[in-house]
Amino acid sequence: MKYLLLINAGAVDGNGVNTGCVVEDWMAYDKEVRDAGVFVSGESLADLVTATTVRVESDGQRVVTDGPFAETREVLGGFYVIDVPDLDAALDWAARCPGARGDGSVVVRPVADFGG
Amino acid sequence: MDAGAAGDVAPDEASPAPHGTPIESVAAVFREERGRLLAALVRRFGDLDLAEEAASEAVEAALMSWPVHGVPPRPGAWLMTTARRRVIDRLRRDQAYAARLAILQAEADRAGPVAAPQADDDLPDERLLLFFTCAHPALPTEDRGALTLRFLAGLTTAEVARAFLVPVETMAKRITRAKKKIGEARIPFRVPAADELPQRLPGVLQAVYSIFTEGYAASAGPRLQRIDLAEEAIRLARILRRLLPAEREVAGLCALMLLVHARRDARTGPDGELVLLDDQDRGRWDRAMIEEGLGLVRVALTGGPPGRYGVQAAIAALHDEAADVATTDWPQIVALYDVLLALTGSPIVAVNRAVAVAMRDGPQAGSVLLDALAGEALLRDYRPYAVARADLLHRAGRHAEAADAYRRALDLAGTAPERDLLRRRLDTIEQPGTPEG
Repeated sequence: MKYLLLINAGAVDGNGVNTGCVVEDWMAYDKEVRDAGVFVSGESLADLVTATTVRVESDGQRVVTDGPFAETREVLGGFYVIDVPDLDAALDWAARCPGARGDGSVVVRPVADFGG
Repeated sequence: MDAGAAGDVAPDEASPAPHGTPIESVAAVFREERGRLLAALVRRFGDLDLAEEAASEAVEAALMSWPVHGVPPRPGAWLMTTARRRVIDRLRRDQAYAARLAILQAEADRAGPVAAPQADDDLPDERLLLFFTCAHPALPTEDRGALTLRFLAGLTTAEVARAFLVPVETMAKRITRAKKKIGEARIPFRVPAADELPQRLPGVLQAVYSIFTEGYAASAGPRLQRIDLAEEAIRLARILRRLLPAEREVAGLCALMLLVHARRDARTGPDGELVLLDDQDRGRWDRAMIEEGLGLVRVALTGGPPGRYGVQAAIAALHDEAADVATTDWPQIVALYDVLLALTGSPIVAVNRAVAVAMRDGPQAGSVLLDALAGEALLRDYRPYAVARADLLHRAGRHAEAADAYRRALDLAGTAPERDLLRRRLDTIEQPGTPEG
């Protein structure tokens, strides 16, 4: 069963740069996820100032804007998709993630299963 | 009941009772067996919907058969055999579902040790895993008691809705949503390992206690207590106690509920009005229940640091053992509230502690403590806080302030008997000379 771990960075400075992470912790976690054989995919996202939003209006007009910028303190900083037997296992991996500490949090979302 | 090791008890092999069985005793058997049946099916097939469907069909089959042929010697085994056959039929009809279930089962086995194989006619007690699923931290707190009533106490959705005083459609939606989350997010059916237990057991106990408190002090409505609900909670706690005999907090929760419930008959007057502890006829307390509770308090407080339910039970025990309010051991009660406050940090505990201090040192001392809690957000609309404040001001002779405080308490909803009591108190202040009650 696949779960998406959405990693919300806690402390972010004025430029949307995550200030709370220690690179070594992330490397160690990433290695654990891969060594355990549960890793499906995962990426760390570039700083929020580099984000661009696209919407298409009802008349087909494309609207491109800079941002979004953090209005809450939590900013999506990266994600993992892991394949584990059940929610308890997914919650354990989320709890071990460095992004869950401090002001950060990890949202666990099961990937929809269409019976394939 | 415990299924023995004898051979397969198929529905058609059950020995018929000579004159059939009255429908009421059939219903009584279901109440006892339904939770067990459901848990055993969930453990075996790993799917709550399938287990519920099969359990219902087995119960229906029993309703047809038992009144005619009599309750079989091992009703649980009969139900399990019937339910298993229904599952197998269903899976034969729906190969895609069967394939999906096989994958689920393989993954579940990969996740944890495979249970010892059970004989087909055996109905093992797997209810503990269902308790933990119903109280899983990923489910909304307010739904956990409802799920426990639904799946472990065997209540229908309509009965659960009545228990929590919400419309049936609302409760049906909540239960459906929770079941969807259990199924789709795959909340596992498992008993947490020993190292996870300290984190997970409080959730289970809280779910059972929430059923009890809803029965003990209904949050709204015409009646003050709903005894059936409190008794259902006690029944569930007794099951937990059997399944987790080494957990002292389970004993503590059992003890707390027994020691409080022992006062049920004295708590309401002839017209359904609320009778407070001070005015209760202690001769109407249930001595046998108190004795049982006292035995469990000793278990809860022996052999390690006390837990919150054990300490609350000890407080209830001191009340139950006292001949009247005046001779109650208030210093000891205050000391226990100190322990409870350290364990929970709860402002609600602080309110109760302040009331105990008032009994030990006088209403003025209690009032000061209550006033210091005025800034707590959690207490802003908490009726017992408003009532306690009003009562202490009243006893301290600060009548104008007391009247304001009673009006404030009346602004916060409550059951009709509670409101009547507050109005009577308010009348006493506003028309001195009128005897209270």
